[in-house]
Amino acid sequence: MALLRITSPHAHGPMSTQRVMQQVLLAALPGIVVLTYFFGFGTLVNILWGSLLALSFEALALKLRGRDIGFYLKDYSALVTATLLGIAMPPYAPWWLIAVGIASAIILAKHLYGGLGYNPFNPAMVGYVVLLISFPVQMTAWTAPRGVGEVPGLLDALQACFLPALYDGVTQATPLDVLKQNNSLLIEQLWEDNPIFGRWAGLGWEWANLAFLAGGAWLLYRRIFTWHAPVAMLLSIALLSAIFYDGGSSASGGSPLFHLLSGATMFGAFFIVTDPVTSAVSLRGRLIYGALIGMLVYIIRVSGNYPDAIAFAVLIMNFAAPFIDHYTQPPTYGHRKKTEQH
Amino acid sequence: MRKIYDFHGGIHPPENKQQSLGGPIRSAGIPKQLTVPLSQHIGAASKPLVTIGERVLKGQVIAEAGGFVSVPQHAPSSGTVIAIEDRAIPHPSGFHAPCIVIECDGKDEWLPLQGLANYSERSPEELLDLIREAGIAGMGGAGFPAAVKLKGKPESQIQTLIINGTECEPYITADDALMRERAEDIITGVKILQHIVKPTETLIGVEDNKPEGIVALREAAQGSDIEVVEFPTKYPSGGEKQLIEILTGKQVPSGGLPADIGIVCQNLGTTVAVQQAVLQGRPLISRITTVTGEAVDQPGNFEVLLGTPMSHLLELAGYDSTRNKRLIMGGPMMGFTLTDLNVPVVKTTNCLLAPSESELPAPPPAQACIRCGLCAEACPASLLPQQLFWFSQGKEYEKLEQHNLFDCIECGACSYVCPSNIPLVQYYRASKADILQQRRDHEKSEQSRLRFEARQERLAREEEEKAAKRAARKKAAELRAQQAADSDSVEDPIQAAIERAKAKKASQQQSAATESELEKLEKAVASTRKRLETASSKLKQAQEEGSELVEALQKGVDKTQVKLEQAEKALAEYQAKQPQATEGSHDTGDAAQAAIAKAKAARAAAGDMSPQEKLQKQVDNLRQRLEKTSQRLAESRSAGEEAKIVDALEATEQRLQSKLAEAEQELAKFNAMEAS
Repeated sequence: MALLRITSPHAHGPMSTQRVMQQVLLAALPGIVVLTYFFGFGTLVNILWGSLLALSFEALALKLRGRDIGFYLKDYSALVTATLLGIAMPPYAPWWLIAVGIASAIILAKHLYGGLGYNPFNPAMVGYVVLLISFPVQMTAWTAPRGVGEVPGLLDALQACFLPALYDGVTQATPLDVLKQNNSLLIEQLWEDNPIFGRWAGLGWEWANLAFLAGGAWLLYRRIFTWHAPVAMLLSIALLSAIFYDGGSSASGGSPLFHLLSGATMFGAFFIVTDPVTSAVSLRGRLIYGALIGMLVYIIRVSGNYPDAIAFAVLIMNFAAPFIDHYTQPPTYGHRKKTEQH
Repeated sequence: MRKIYDFHGGIHPPENKQQSLGGPIRSAGIPKQLTVPLSQHIGAASKPLVTIGERVLKGQVIAEAGGFVSVPQHAPSSGTVIAIEDRAIPHPSGFHAPCIVIECDGKDEWLPLQGLANYSERSPEELLDLIREAGIAGMGGAGFPAAVKLKGKPESQIQTLIINGTECEPYITADDALMRERAEDIITGVKILQHIVKPTETLIGVEDNKPEGIVALREAAQGSDIEVVEFPTKYPSGGEKQLIEILTGKQVPSGGLPADIGIVCQNLGTTVAVQQAVLQGRPLISRITTVTGEAVDQPGNFEVLLGTPMSHLLELAGYDSTRNKRLIMGGPMMGFTLTDLNVPVVKTTNCLLAPSESELPAPPPAQACIRCGLCAEACPASLLPQQLFWFSQGKEYEKLEQHNLFDCIECGACSYVCPSNIPLVQYYRASKADILQQRRDHEKSEQSRLRFEARQERLAREEEEKAAKRAARKKAAELRAQQAADSDSVEDPIQAAIERAKAKKASQQQSAATESELEKLEKAVASTRKRLETASSKLKQAQEEGSELVEALQKGVDKTQVKLEQAEKALAEYQAKQPQATEGSHDTGDAAQAAIAKAKAARAAAGDMSPQEKLQKQVDNLRQRLEKTSQRLAESRSAGEEAKIVDALEATEQRLQSKLAEAEQELAKFNAMEAS
């Protein structure tokens, strides 16, 4: 038997792209469960229908590009995109809305740029923003959470998706919306008047955020990504909201706790900002990248036209990532200046 | 307790060291043949000192150092040299290189050895010579000549001597085995090195996965100032730069040497070789090699003679080729594959790894880079491997250098952690080679550019010098002429001679001009004559054919006739004017002269003749010409001359006849007028 001639290294670690993606999907589970508990099966239907579409679009794109469909489908990246978009979209979205979002994400944001690893923008967020700008009504219609309204059942969810004309759901403004529309009430009063604020940051929302935080912590523990970008983003949001909290006056932008546990903060921090393909690469770069996303999120939430801002903030910073990388190259071994030596 | 520093990155691959640590070091014995490559080290190849057929003793020098950065080679056992030729050597590209092949006689007969009992009384230079003569090259893997490294640069003061007992590569236990079994020798070797280098501190760095070795070393080092430092296991802490950072917190400047920051590193195995060389006078002819992997049944460490074929060693370890798909010299991280089982063990062969397919499976196809950054986290040189990968793919060499590609130590940590199975190190190696090639090419073209420019400059300079000389000469001549003119103007004999010469030349030129004038005239006459002849023949032809052109042709012929007459006249006049010039050169001169005189007389006569007389004269003239022509025609016919000439003459005759008839008619008219 002829001996192989292969260059070193000969050993390879256990990590693979599939496993990275699988673990991201696993880590999103707690958040999905909490969302499903509070808002019903809508999110789950979003994800499942979206995944089916994502795999189809991915296969189609791969076929058109002349790539090995089986080999690339196995990397789970399309499933991750579909899952993230499914979570980000409001539950009980009609089937075509999801299809447009997934098509934008997979075909436009991913394959037109060369497929996995070559996309400068986060595909799920591109899909989300396309929908948000094109269909603002459908994209801001969130169901009232359990405890405030009736939670629709599985059949309702399927009907909402595939027979949207027959579905009539109860929607309600999200806590971020309510705070934004604050008409001269103290924060405390606002909380008393609106049961939707829940204990800290919104009924259902606070638990969903905590669940995503838990998933993110597990990914950190598994060393799927580094702490730099998410922690910088959360710190930046906390810091800015603390500065502009204003003691809870009518002009307050909301407390740090509110901002950290409301909307898509934790989901964004651990599942969107950490997307390796579109984020900065060096550790210092990731700190800057995360911190600036946090800042943009806070600014858009408080002064922008949209209630939440993860998608916009991330896309804007996707633009800046190569620039940040250029200026944050770590000092290579042996390139330290003499004074920095121990 | 000493402060231990950490280096950036690093990985923790499965160590797999236990397999080969089951028993003591075994001897690999004497194979039938030993193949000693002349290049087992970094630097110039050694030069053979033996001839084919020569018997050599164990330890005998068979090849001398080929330069300053080089080492000699010794016969690993006694026997006969049977070949000095290219054989397969252990090398990543699997190429062949010059080797000395010894057929062993099995007697293992030593050359008498003489060691130094008391090395501390000897000078460092003397000991360095011994190390060099013993053929010791770094035994950790690179194989840099030990003496060269120890000698260092005279200006660098060494404070720290570091002995590298890290052995961070998985599977390899050669140094561990040495520590366990020969700790005393190691410490003695280190002491010798201390005597040479005279450092202020001496450290032996060992990873904490070798507790037995550490205990043995510490025991042996008791009472000395040698410190055995233990630190957490992490690949690649055994890299020289990484070990230095771990032990001292210092970084070797990029492109520099450890000596630049007062440090010299030696491999642990090298210290044993140094001890043997100095105390026993024993050259480096054997080493400890780990043979391991799932394709061998009895993995372990072997003391093996250099030059022993790998197949011999593998056989001793119970190698099963059916289980083995790739054979690696070195460890699984930085080792390279061998495709020929007969390549010899060399000074840098620390391990022979024969893994099974399941143990080190073939690499799966690479997927897209998702820029996860695991490679950057693992890189011990703090590089950005995924950026380097992008640039390597795009052949952006400038960017690669900006991102410090050349600080990559090719440890393989990035490839190890890459979830997309991208062979990153392979890309870096290729790019490094490309860049080096580009640099060489650039240097070459730069040299030729300089050469070209120098040549151009030289030529220009020479030209300038010449011009300057010419100018100087001219000036000097002018000066002389000026002086001459100033001092004696007319009586100067030279000047007079020049003027005479000039006058002579002018006169010559003038005569040449007259000569040519004459020739011109003669030519004119000749050519006109010729033209007349062709015209006449044409005319005649036309007349015969009854062509319409007859008249025109006739006119042409007449014109030519007139021209000829004029030319002849001009010639005659000229010759009359220049009698002396034509005298010698023209024998037709007299005839011409006569013709001229006749013509002149005719003209003079015609001048005062009445038209009637003129006509009469013309008629006479024509009659004469006709007569001559007829005569000539008759001569030509009788002589059988060319038809052309005869035709021409006939034509002339006819023409003259018609002319004569015309003239007679005219004359008759005049006569008639007169008569009336």
